[in-house]
Amino acid sequence: MIVSHAWLRSFAPHDKSAEEIGELLNDHTVTLDGLESLRSDIASIVVGLVVEQAPHPDSDHLSITKVDDGSGTLLDVVCGAPNVAAGVKYPFARSGTTMPDGLRIEKRKIRGQTSNGMLCSARELKLGYEHDGILALTTAAAPGTPILQVLGEVGDSQLNLDVLPNRPDLLSHRGMAREVSALLNVPMALGDLTEAARQAVTAVPVVQDARQATADGVSVRLDDPASCPRYNAIVIRGVAVGPSPDWLRERLEAVGARSINNIVDATNYILLGLGHPVHAFDLTKLTGHAIVVRPTGDGEQLVTLDGIARSLAAGTTVICDGARPVALAGVMGGRESEVTPDTTEILLEVANFHPRFVRRVRRAVGLITDASYRYERGIDDASSAEAATHCAALILQVAGGRVTARIDVGAAPAPRPAVTLRPSRVARLLGDPVAADESIRILRALGCVVTQSGPDALEVMPPTWRHDLLIEVDLIEEVVRVRGFDTVSDELRAFRPGTVPDHPMHVTEVRVRTFLVGRGLYETRPMPFTTDSASGVRVLNPLAEDEPYLRASILDSLARRAEYNLNRMEGDVRLFEVGHVFARSAGRLPVEEVRVGALLLGKCRPPHFTDPDPALFDAWDAKSLALDLARVAFPGQAVALVPSDTAAMWRVQVNGTDVGGVRRLALDKPVWAGEALGVELTLGVMSSDDVAPAGQHAHAFAGRMSAAVPHVVYRTVPVTPASGFDLALVLPPSVRADDVEKLLREHGGELLESLQVFDEYRGDRLPAGMRSVGWRLQFRHPERTLRDKELDGRRSKLVAALQRELGVTVRG
Amino acid sequence: MRRQCDLASAAAVCIFVPTTSTCAPVTTLAQFLARADAIARDGAALIHTAVGREALDAARVALLGRKQGLLTTLMAALPALPTEDRRAAGAAMNATKQALELTLTSAEAVLAPPPDASRPPDLTMPGRDRWTGAVHPVSLVIDEISAIFRELGFTIALGPEAETEWYNFGALNFPPDHPAMEAHDTLYLSDDTLLRTHTSPVQVRTLQTYTPPVRILCPGNVYRRDFFDATHAPSFMQIEGLCIDEGVSFVDLKATLSEFARRFYSGSSRVRLRPSFFPFVEPGAEMDVEVDLGDGKGSRWVEILGCGMVHPRVLDGAGIDSEKYSGWAFGMGPARIAMSRHKLPDIRLLYDSDVRFLEQFSR
Repeated sequence: MIVSHAWLRSFAPHDKSAEEIGELLNDHTVTLDGLESLRSDIASIVVGLVVEQAPHPDSDHLSITKVDDGSGTLLDVVCGAPNVAAGVKYPFARSGTTMPDGLRIEKRKIRGQTSNGMLCSARELKLGYEHDGILALTTAAAPGTPILQVLGEVGDSQLNLDVLPNRPDLLSHRGMAREVSALLNVPMALGDLTEAARQAVTAVPVVQDARQATADGVSVRLDDPASCPRYNAIVIRGVAVGPSPDWLRERLEAVGARSINNIVDATNYILLGLGHPVHAFDLTKLTGHAIVVRPTGDGEQLVTLDGIARSLAAGTTVICDGARPVALAGVMGGRESEVTPDTTEILLEVANFHPRFVRRVRRAVGLITDASYRYERGIDDASSAEAATHCAALILQVAGGRVTARIDVGAAPAPRPAVTLRPSRVARLLGDPVAADESIRILRALGCVVTQSGPDALEVMPPTWRHDLLIEVDLIEEVVRVRGFDTVSDELRAFRPGTVPDHPMHVTEVRVRTFLVGRGLYETRPMPFTTDSASGVRVLNPLAEDEPYLRASILDSLARRAEYNLNRMEGDVRLFEVGHVFARSAGRLPVEEVRVGALLLGKCRPPHFTDPDPALFDAWDAKSLALDLARVAFPGQAVALVPSDTAAMWRVQVNGTDVGGVRRLALDKPVWAGEALGVELTLGVMSSDDVAPAGQHAHAFAGRMSAAVPHVVYRTVPVTPASGFDLALVLPPSVRADDVEKLLREHGGELLESLQVFDEYRGDRLPAGMRSVGWRLQFRHPERTLRDKELDGRRSKLVAALQRELGVTVRG
Repeated sequence: MRRQCDLASAAAVCIFVPTTSTCAPVTTLAQFLARADAIARDGAALIHTAVGREALDAARVALLGRKQGLLTTLMAALPALPTEDRRAAGAAMNATKQALELTLTSAEAVLAPPPDASRPPDLTMPGRDRWTGAVHPVSLVIDEISAIFRELGFTIALGPEAETEWYNFGALNFPPDHPAMEAHDTLYLSDDTLLRTHTSPVQVRTLQTYTPPVRILCPGNVYRRDFFDATHAPSFMQIEGLCIDEGVSFVDLKATLSEFARRFYSGSSRVRLRPSFFPFVEPGAEMDVEVDLGDGKGSRWVEILGCGMVHPRVLDGAGIDSEKYSGWAFGMGPARIAMSRHKLPDIRLLYDSDVRFLEQFSR
C-alpha cells in the first residue's frame, strides 16, 4: 500500500515527519518497505558554502565565488544573484546535475570565467516562487550535505507499507490515519472534504428498502442479497466533467495513481482515501435508469473498462441496468456506461459485495483490481452509506451538480458480537501485567467500545472496520503492539525441559552425515523433482511440466548432479544426500522414506608424487562404503552385503532384511570419466498417518521412541601370541569366496581368530576358468602358545575338507 | 683487554681463554705479523677444542666476525702501518684468514650428521592427502541454529513432506478460501493432499503425540510454487521452533529469541520485534537484527525470523487445552542466511551440487 504522507496527515493532523511516521507504523502496525521523498528531483542538490566572493571583472552584476561543496576542492562558480555573500550557505548544483525543470548544469565559461556548477534559487528548485536571488540556508550542516536533509519537510513523501491480509482496514489513508491517531493520541479529521459539501448531500433524504427502491426516477433492485447484501446509490445531476483541481490531482499522483477526470478521480479518492470502492455510471446510459443486481442469463456479455469483451458464465451475479450487464460486481465497471467528457448525470454505486463472491468472479475473469483486492480482504461494510455521501460531496466540490436521490437497498450489517477481555489473561500471555486502564485506553483509541463487565472482564465491541478482532487474544495483540514490543521484558525465565526426545531419524542422519563427510563426500541438497515417473507420485500443478514427479530414489537425483559436474569437466565427484523419497500407496498420502544415497566417481584418492595416478573408484570401494555406512546407520545390528541377482550388485541387509543396495549408475558421461557407483540405504519410514483426529491428541499412546544402541561388551585382550598360515587355494568357477570362508570357519576350530583374503590370481598358469585365491588364517589359544604341530594338523583338516566338500585344491 | 674479554665470553663454552692474542697496539709490520700468527695459532686451538655446533659458531664469530672478530680488528690496524708494509701485512692476514676458514669448515664437516635415512631429504614436499568431504552450507546454518537452541532445551522433531491439507493449513488456523492461503501458492498432490509449505505440520503432529512441556525444533524441506530463479526455489529448507507449557508468555518468546539472535550474530547485535501476521500465531511478529553483512552498506536492520504466540485454535486443534497451556513459535529460512553469510549471488548454487562450490565448505 502506497501512502502519501500529506494525505495521511489530512485525516490525522500531526507534526511528525514522514520518517517518524514510517518508523512509528513499522514499530507498531505494519512493515515499512520503503520511504521516498517525492522531491527526489532535487536529491542531488547539496549545501554549498561560499568561501570567497568577488565582482566579475567583465560584468557589473556577476560575481565570481569560491564554493566549498564538501568535495575537498574549492570550486570557481560564477553567480548572478545580488544576494550572494561570502560565509553563507546556499543550495548548490554541481556540474552534471539535472535541475527539476530538466536543465543540465555543465561546467562552462561565463564572460571568460569558468563556472563549475550553480548556486540555486528557491524557484529553480521548485521550492517557491519568490525570486529575490539565491536561497540562503540557515543550517549547521556541512557543505556537501544533500539539501533534502536540511530543508525539513519538502513536498510530499511516499510510504510503502506492507499491509498483510489480516488488516484490510489499512488499505486506505483514513485506515492508516486511524493507527496514527491512536499511536500519537491525535484526533481524526474530515480530510479534504468541506462540511458544506457534506451537508448539501445529507440534506437529500435517503430512500431505503430491503430489496428494491426508486427515487428521482432511478430504481435499484437486489436479486442476490447473499452476494450483494447492500447497495447504496446516489444520483447527481448537472455535473461538469473536466480536469480535477490541483489538490486532487496531487493526492492521486502522490500515490502513483493517474488522474483521469474529476468524477473518476473523486471515486478513486474514496477508494484510496476511505478504502471503499465506488463506481460512477453515466446515468443516461443505464437502460430504464435502473440498477438490477442479478445472476446472468445464458450468453450475456460485458465489455469491461479495459476494453475486453467478457462472456459470463450463466448464474454469475453482475450489476445490470434494465436490459443487460453493466459492471462486474466488485471487480470492474463496463465500458458502455462509463463516465465520459460529455456526461452530466451520474449514478454512484457504493455497494457491499461478499468477499467470497468477489473472489469467485475475480478468479473467473482472471482480473485483480484495487476494488476486488479490497472486497476480497474485507471492507468496512458499515461504511457504505458514509462513503457514498463522502464521494457525492467530493463530486459536488470538484465537478458541481446537485444530488437528486439517495437510495439504500439491502440490509445494514449485523452488529458483531462483543469480545471479553480478562486483564488476568493479558498478564499471563504477555508475561507481565498491564494495567486494565491502559488496555482500555488503547482499545478505545483503536475505535473499540469498552465496558467493564466484571471484576476481571472487559466487554469489548470492536469497530466495524476491524474484521480481525474476533477473540480475546486478538485484543491482547492490540494492547501489546500499541504499547510497543520494546516495552516487553527480554529476561530469560526458568523453563521446564520438554518431553519430546530427538526424532530417531535425526540422530541417524547426524551420524550418517558425519561419517560420509569423514569419508570425503560432499553433502548435497538437490531438488527432489524428476522426469522419472518411478514413484508414481505426480504434482498436480508442477512448475516445470518436464519434471512433474517426486523422486523414488536419491541416487536418481545424485546421478543428475554427477552429470552436471561431468559437463563442467569435473571428473572427481563424491556426493551424498539424506532426503525423502516417495512411492504411491493405497492411502491418501504417498509412502515416504528417509534415505541416504552416496555416489562415488573418479579417483579414489588425491594424486600424490608417490602415486601420481591413483586408481579410480570401483565396486570394491562402493562395497566397503556400503558396509561401513550401514554399520553407522544401524549401530549394533547385523549388517551383511549379499550379492544380488538384479541390476544392483549387492543388497544391503540389516538383521536379514533388505535396506538398500550398491549399484553401478548409468550416466550420460564423457569417455574420460570413470564409472559411477552408488549406495542407497533406507534409514526409515516417515509416517504420514494422522496422529489423531482434528481437535484431539494421542498422548496416552505416545511410546517413547528409543534410539538406544547396544553397548559394546568387552572381550579379554589376548596375552598369548597369534600364529597361523596362508592357504593358496584353486577355486573352480562355481565356488564363491563366501563358500570357502564358511567352510574355513566351520572347520577352523574355535581357535581360528581371523580370516582374510589377501590375493586373487587368474591366468595362464591355472586351468581355464579356475582362479587362485589366497587366505591368511590366524589362530590363537587364550592361555598358551600354539605348537607348529597343532597348526599343521589344523591345516591338513581344512585342506581335506575343502577338497572333499568344494573341490577346492591347494595351489601347487 | 676488552677484546680478549669478548673472545673469552664468546667462546666460554669451550672453556678456552687465549693468552697470546693480546690487545697491545699494533703499529709495525713485525707486531702485525706476530699478532696474525698468534690469532692463527690460538684460533686453531679454539676450533679444535670447540665441542658442538654452538661452540663452533661462537668460535667463527670470535675469529672472523664482521664486527668484532679478532681478524677484523687486526685489519683495522692496517692503515696505521707504513705504506710499504701494508702489502705484506695484507698477505699475511689473508693467509691467516684462509687457514682459519679451512680449519673451521673441516671441523664443521666432522660435526654435521650423516644423512638420516629416517627423514625424507626434502621436507617441503607435499603430504599424502585424503579426499575431504564437506557439510552443505545450509546444513551448517541449521546445525548452528540447532546447537544454540539445544542449549536452551530444545530437541529435534521431524515429519513427512507430503501432507494433508488439514495438517498444513486447517490445523494452523488458515480459514478455508482465505487469501493468506492462496499467497502460499501450494504444490498439490491431490485435492486435499499437498507438499507442505512449512514445517508447521510437524508442530501439530508433535503436540498431538506428546504432552507439554514441548520444546522442539523442526528443520525440514518445504515447498512453494515459486519458479526456480536466482532468488527463489520451489523446494527449500526451513527451521521452525515451538515452545508450549503452562504459563509460557510473550516475555519467554522475546527473551529466548533475543538470546538466540545475540548468540547467532555474536553478541553485540541489537534486536527488535515488529508486528506481523501469520494465521497460526497471535500476536504475530517479525524479528530484525541490526547487523553489518559485510556488503559495504554498513549496519542495518535485517529480518531474520517470523514468530508469535501460538494461536489458541492451533492448540485446540491439536487437542491441547488453550486455557491451560500457551506458547510461542518461530520460523526461519536457513538458505537465506547461508546466502547472505557466504555472499552467494544465486540460490541455485545451493542445489546444483557443483563440486567446485561444495569443496569450498570442507573444513
